[in-house]
Amino acid sequence: MLGYIASRAFRALVTILLVLTFAFFILNATGDPAILILSADAPPEAIAAFREEWGLNAPLWKQYLGYLWNLAHGELGRSMRDGRDAWAVVSERIPVTLAITIPALIIKLVIGISAGIIAALWRDTWIDRLVMAFSVTGYTVPSFVLGLGLMLVFAVQLGWLPAAGADSWRHAILPIVTLGVAGAAVLARFTRSAMLEVLGQPFIRTGLAKGLVWRAVVIGHAFPNAAIPTLTIAGFMIGSLVAGAVVVESVFAWPGVGRLLVSAVGNRDLMVVQAILLLVTVTMVSANLIVDIVYGFVDPRLRTARGGLARGGT
Amino acid sequence: MTSPLVELKDLTVDFPVGGNWVRALHGVSLTIRRGEALGLVGESGSGKSVTWLAATKLLPAKARIAGEVLLDGRPIQGLTRDQMAGVRGKRVALIFQDPTSSLNPVHRVGTQIAEAVRLHRGFDAAAARAEARRLLDRVHIPSAARRIDDYPHELSGGTNQRVMIAVALAGEPDLLVADEPTTALDVTIQAQILDLLAEMRRETGMALVLISHDLGIVADITDRVAVMYAGRIVEEAPVDALFDDPRHPYTQGLLAALPDVGGPRRRLTAIHGQVPNPAALPPGCSFAPRCPAAIAGCVTAIPSLDAVAADRRTACFRARPATSLEIAA
Repeated sequence: MLGYIASRAFRALVTILLVLTFAFFILNATGDPAILILSADAPPEAIAAFREEWGLNAPLWKQYLGYLWNLAHGELGRSMRDGRDAWAVVSERIPVTLAITIPALIIKLVIGISAGIIAALWRDTWIDRLVMAFSVTGYTVPSFVLGLGLMLVFAVQLGWLPAAGADSWRHAILPIVTLGVAGAAVLARFTRSAMLEVLGQPFIRTGLAKGLVWRAVVIGHAFPNAAIPTLTIAGFMIGSLVAGAVVVESVFAWPGVGRLLVSAVGNRDLMVVQAILLLVTVTMVSANLIVDIVYGFVDPRLRTARGGLARGGT
Repeated sequence: MTSPLVELKDLTVDFPVGGNWVRALHGVSLTIRRGEALGLVGESGSGKSVTWLAATKLLPAKARIAGEVLLDGRPIQGLTRDQMAGVRGKRVALIFQDPTSSLNPVHRVGTQIAEAVRLHRGFDAAAARAEARRLLDRVHIPSAARRIDDYPHELSGGTNQRVMIAVALAGEPDLLVADEPTTALDVTIQAQILDLLAEMRRETGMALVLISHDLGIVADITDRVAVMYAGRIVEEAPVDALFDDPRHPYTQGLLAALPDVGGPRRRLTAIHGQVPNPAALPPGCSFAPRCPAAIAGCVTAIPSLDAVAADRRTACFRARPATSLEIAA
């Protein structure tokens, strides 16, 4: 198990390095931070001074190596916009984003999983069709359309909730619902098909043949098996807690990590972008790793496949 | 004379197929006496599994079941699905064809046995585990103390079928229905499982219904055999009588197709043709199109399952004492 985690961690490091390298060169190739931050009208001396100050005159490979060197020493660099530590700029946004993504995750898990289970248990009835109609809608409508639609109805027409901003908890409701509905729709579909797959297995009939009531079979025998595929999707959702709200934050002007990313890319504020990418990759990779470890607990077949020798039967 | 353990009376099952009802079971009547071993034989699709899944309410809810199922002389078809759960496992236990997929892959085998023990005998967790261990010993799984914490994928098919038998024994049932219990297993393991079933029946005195497509398997451990064809029982007889003197041409065909280990070398004969599609059964006897002995009357009327001797029933016009039809033909 430890060896497995070590090899996964090594692969994660390679992934992170690749992501940072790509971002570094692509951002540098597609815009000049000096002009983007100071504006094209800035006096040439100011631009030259800016380039000098941020080391932008050095060859790109030197800048890249310097970046890696600093990174290896735990330095994420500073924001070119205001000279603040890039990590400080990013980390102050994290709680703002989590304030909408965590409630949204809870909505996704609770509504998505229960809707999927209900649809599967009442398969081919109107309940199933209703849940699936809702799910397909939530699945296919892009989140910016859904967000704008909700804003139109609840903020503009009804005036119940504020349209954008982050001044009070009421501002968080529409972004949370937008994120939650889309995710719940995805999870409902996955949970339904996972449940249907499991309910068709012979061991479900064995549970009934043993004398268990249907409810006990569903809870004791279907759920633990259906949890395995559902876990994959849930893991993705946990991995995107930090950066999964880029679009929704932009729609609702919610000042979280996602919006910071959009503006930092626009400004070519390289160190901030890199800090965000690092954060996103690390959370994604750790979520995947955690899901993989949890898999081992939920599915004993994976445990033996991974843990080495399977004990032989007779 | 006490009432028989289980009585099926005119059991019919219809499945919805593309907007129509297709009849899979055409009025099956069968009596299981306490402690007896009955073999139920037929080709796949003949309705032998459906009969018992219907009797125990394990068919999907969309299937339409009619007829009577009596347990100890009392009808049980009026019970709800949850009330039926009190019958399954406790009175009537079932084991199935593919033991490995019949066990839950994420639970330890000991847990799956203990679950049935707790359910039917009200043991606490520790006592149920001890009982699960004892059951693993009883079904002759070596080093039961270690196997109890194994998962099904860590065990062989034969061992898993032993585990399934242990689960079935947990409720101390009066009847064990074994649905093709050896079909998915190696030949050498088949005999061991059959021996085990026979041994468990001797020890517990429970009745056994052994469902199989193989007359040879059934012959060894049952007292009486019912042969099914296209959703009907076509012949029922004590096992020796059936082998010595099969009355129904289908049974005769099955026996002719069975290799005879001890006897003289002979050519095995196959039954020509195929089992009819249940949605398009021939009008008369379902076996008539394949029957070497068919006469004109066979394609117009369906023969009923009638007593032809003491303890024997056959559904064939030709099996009657040579009177009416044969002479008429």
